Amino acid sequence: MSIELKQVSYTYMPKTPYEHKALDDVSFTLDEGSFTAIAGHTGSGKSTLVQHLNGLLHPECGQVLVDGVDLADSSRTGRQAAKEARNKVGMVFQYPEQQLFEETIAADIAFGPKNQGLEGEALAKRVKEAMELMGLDYAAYKDRSPFQLSGGQKRRVAIAGVLALHPKYLVLDEPTAGLDPQGREDLIQIICRLRKKWKLTIVFVSHNMEDIARLADSVVIMNHGQMAIKAAPQAAFEQVGILQAAGLQEPQMLHLLHRLQAVGLPVKADGIQLADGIHAIKEALSHAK
Amino acid sequence: MAFIKVENLTHIYHPGTPQESVALDKVNLSIEAGEFVAVLGTNGSGKSTLARHLNGLLLPTEGRCFIRGLDTCNEQELWQIRQQIGMVFQNPDNQLIAAVVEDDVAFGPENLGMDPQEIRAKVNASLQAVNMAKYRTFAPHLLSGGQKQRIAIAGALAMDTDCLVLDEPTAMLDPQGREEVLRTVQKLHEERGITIVYITHFMEEASVADRIVVMDKGQVAADGTPREIFADVPGMKKCGLDVPLAVEVVWQLRHQGIKLPEDILTEDELVEALEAYTCQSN
Repeated sequence: MSIELKQVSYTYMPKTPYEHKALDDVSFTLDEGSFTAIAGHTGSGKSTLVQHLNGLLHPECGQVLVDGVDLADSSRTGRQAAKEARNKVGMVFQYPEQQLFEETIAADIAFGPKNQGLEGEALAKRVKEAMELMGLDYAAYKDRSPFQLSGGQKRRVAIAGVLALHPKYLVLDEPTAGLDPQGREDLIQIICRLRKKWKLTIVFVSHNMEDIARLADSVVIMNHGQMAIKAAPQAAFEQVGILQAAGLQEPQMLHLLHRLQAVGLPVKADGIQLADGIHAIKEALSHAK
Repeated sequence: MAFIKVENLTHIYHPGTPQESVALDKVNLSIEAGEFVAVLGTNGSGKSTLARHLNGLLLPTEGRCFIRGLDTCNEQELWQIRQQIGMVFQNPDNQLIAAVVEDDVAFGPENLGMDPQEIRAKVNASLQAVNMAKYRTFAPHLLSGGQKQRIAIAGALAMDTDCLVLDEPTAMLDPQGREEVLRTVQKLHEERGITIVYITHFMEEASVADRIVVMDKGQVAADGTPREIFADVPGMKKCGLDVPLAVEVVWQLRHQGIKLPEDILTEDELVEALEAYTCQSN
């Protein structure tokens, strides 16, 4: 089972002076259990793309299939199936904490599943489970106001609200933007855990090449509404020209290692994480002796 | 006289209610005219609360905040203060108000009652200063994030501001937009001597400042040059912060017995030092 994009194109405000082609013939498949990053500069079509994944936008041409069901199907026979398919895809927008509104954390997280008809014990169980997945102690936090929390905690509450809907696919639009280094690290750990525990299929939009290298098994790089690359992060980062054309930078460590190579240091430039880089530099220094 | 002087500044949100929280706790800080100060700290450390005191958007619960000797608590002086301190916030979409770029930049001077010709001159000069002159008739919503932030900066410049306070101006931008904004701020500081207070979560951005102030739990935890601040790698991590990659690499290599100079801050310096190290050992 998978999310499949087939030759998807989308134009904003067609036939007006503001007409803008945001997606241009994009095709790819997100397999069940995969962890995919989407990167690209502002205006490259990333956000338009993710809004297609749960039918917030429908393609102008092409199709988006979730587990084989066309999300745009509005025929009398297909409508119900399309709705169910859209429900399988949980969407966490940028700065999701801005969408918190309830008086207590538990009530905010319960809002989604309640609207799906869940109540009583089952509803409380959902809320508890989602909070614990996001590293929020149920007893300590459930009755507190979400507005008293730190930025990082608020964001976790907002994500818990989506997880409480039990999505099969989870889409996160820049989940770590605006968080401090510790908050960023905590959230990344939680996302890793989610994947392991729930076998969620995850798609996340990010500008952070280090995060992409660490988390994703493949990365889609968007440029001018087209897919420039879909490959494993390591392979994608080797295509420095395409990265730069797409307004992205190679990971910092890789950049450093490449510069060291350029000045004649015999380093192996295949590390992205700190420990790998340090190891490569040490090796090179001992060879140089 | 210091340009910005914060004395014993305490700010308590929702005092006397169950939501009471102390955001700033007896902060003392002074910033000279022409300084470029980066402010680091975790979410909730009081950075934004501090920034909002600098032009009187928030008023102290206790203590005082002076801009060139003018007191933000004195309502008569507040307008003069706001004219000198331009604010740029995180989300560019929340601070652009007009339908055309040049109207947006003109909003401030218009409200000051400036002469139309003077406004025109100010708007043109400000847009040039942020390298956005060719976009003057564009609609702001069609610009990229980095461009929008530069328009917000131009809006402050058109008010003849002497100081820019930027609260995480690059948090919502892509790498290219981040670079555009930082370069613009650096240029304004270097060429016009504008005082900069720059709040960020990006350690590499902070390393270009003259000085870094680290906030932790509503207090100033450290204050010094980027080299001094980032030298304390464990201390920064304890505050929930980080250090630039070059600093981290040097720190790790030194701990593994490789004798590199201690005070390396940038990637350029690191490359040079490693090159020198290998030449030396040959």
